[in-house]
Amino acid sequence: MTPSRSFRIARAAVLLVFAAYFFVPLLAMFDFSTQVRGSAPGRTWDNWTFMFRDEDLRSSIVASLLLALFTVVLMVALLVPTMVWVRLRVPRAKKLIEFLCLLPLTIPALVIVVGIGNVYSWVTYLLGDSALVLTFAYVVLVLPYSFRAVDASLSGIDATTLSEAARSLGAGWFTVVVRVIMPNITGGILGAAFISVALVLGEYVFASLLHFDTLPVAMAALYKSNGPAAMAAALASMLLVSVLLVGLTFLSRDRHRRNQGASS
Amino acid sequence: MTDQTSRGLAVALSDLTRAYGTVKALDGFTLDLAPGELVALLGPSGCGKTTALRILAGLDRATSGTVSVGGKDLTRVPASKRDMGMVFQAYSLFPHMTVIDNVAFGLKMRGRDGATRRGRAGDMLELVGLGEHADRYAHQLSGGQQQRVALARALAIEPSVLLLDEPLSALDAKVRVQLRDEIRRVQIEVGTTTLFVTHDQEEALAVADRVGVMNAGRLEQLAPPAELYSAPASRFVGEFVGLSNRLPAHVSDGVAAVLGRQVPVLPGSTSGAGHALVRPESVSVVADAAGTATVATVMFLGPLSRVTSTLADGTDVVAQLASSDALRLRPGDAVRLEVDPVPVLVVA
Repeated sequence: MTPSRSFRIARAAVLLVFAAYFFVPLLAMFDFSTQVRGSAPGRTWDNWTFMFRDEDLRSSIVASLLLALFTVVLMVALLVPTMVWVRLRVPRAKKLIEFLCLLPLTIPALVIVVGIGNVYSWVTYLLGDSALVLTFAYVVLVLPYSFRAVDASLSGIDATTLSEAARSLGAGWFTVVVRVIMPNITGGILGAAFISVALVLGEYVFASLLHFDTLPVAMAALYKSNGPAAMAAALASMLLVSVLLVGLTFLSRDRHRRNQGASS
Repeated sequence: MTDQTSRGLAVALSDLTRAYGTVKALDGFTLDLAPGELVALLGPSGCGKTTALRILAGLDRATSGTVSVGGKDLTRVPASKRDMGMVFQAYSLFPHMTVIDNVAFGLKMRGRDGATRRGRAGDMLELVGLGEHADRYAHQLSGGQQQRVALARALAIEPSVLLLDEPLSALDAKVRVQLRDEIRRVQIEVGTTTLFVTHDQEEALAVADRVGVMNAGRLEQLAPPAELYSAPASRFVGEFVGLSNRLPAHVSDGVAAVLGRQVPVLPGSTSGAGHALVRPESVSVVADAAGTATVATVMFLGPLSRVTSTLADGTDVVAQLASSDALRLRPGDAVRLEVDPVPVLVVA
């Protein structure tokens, strides 16, 4: 047996072990979610279609998807111009912004919820009790991850020179940010967006303790009454996030190919 | 290609000061450019030349002083409204745009229609010899090509002033010389008033109508290249531009005694004992067994060679001779040094 062959076998074995570690639970979930109730033979899609039939679950899915969308929009609208502005105009403030953005990572979610509980009493009083008001809290929650993704992307381009070149050609600050800087950090923005979507679709503590019906909260409640349907919803949620992350990988690779060497 | 007409405007930087805390990057800096003129600002790192250019571009703000172009005060006008084209030291093409979109960007900002933009951008690319590369991206071009595109982009907007911030410093020597000549050709063709910042004296002397030498935030001298070289106004200029020997001298009645020869002195020279700044090409080396100097090294540089001799007091004197003469000398030979009777600056 040649060393390269043994290496290939070892590599395949490791891959198989990790694949099993990740996929066996998913297959088990799929198996459980498609079983017919009782011990009857055969398969059923009832638990999967339940997501669309059950009014509460459906509305929680819609709420979570809208929450993910609004969180991404607000995060991009707040974070990207701020980070570009800080990098171009007040680089001394970068450490402060970084500290503020990473802060939510260091504070347990439970503590944050307790802290903002009273604030949310006012938020719901002023804006209504729709789950969408969680957008504000979720923007804070996703800041650490979004900051890292956008910051890494910004570091990959010479933002100062690009903005000065654009300004010398007659571009105002809005044009500089939207037409010159943002197209060159799309990979980072997409990364931040997809990570935010994944976080929002899986967030339970905020929503549960602030009494909003989002998908994770509904799934937890459903699990007590209809385990297979909750399993189907959980698996669907994971599949959606996986598709998003795979999409991100391809988009990032495509942009990297287009921009490679451009900032050298 | 569209007809190019001279559209240069006079530029006046008056008494500019730029302070960073207690450090002054510019300290009462004044510079006037005539319409269509190319002025190079030359100086060591940190002398304030890039700061002056950035203040003219509107990318930095002067602590005091004024900037005017064509008689119009632009001191408080933002960079985007100054109508100046700029080529940067770092590659500055927008990576997500093709070459032609980069060149047309400034025209787009000015609201020109698509056909006009493409036509003008195409003309500019032809002007810099890159018409074939219109649909490429920046990363598909060499460094020299990227800077050519940046030049085309800066010129496409028909700027009132063209600003070049060390645009050749990232390029290798051969491309640098090619592009340097091309910049001068294009500038003459377009006729735009141009400020060229560089730390490379050869570059400055080769392309500029006038060269300004800066030191510690001030303009030491502004003169045509030949005058700057042959008649430096200060010790700093004499020592910074080209090579100079510092030879003991004594000045009286406007004449300096240097190595036993009488040579006229330039205005600004000190009187009495001092040191004359003598160019290597003004020194002759004559083989003479009774000479008081000794050849130390002979450096072959092609058609010319550099001979370093040591005087009895230990002073090294560099002479630049035709290689045919220099190669007859050997280290250790006794020689006599003579200074041509061209005006020299004598400093304390």
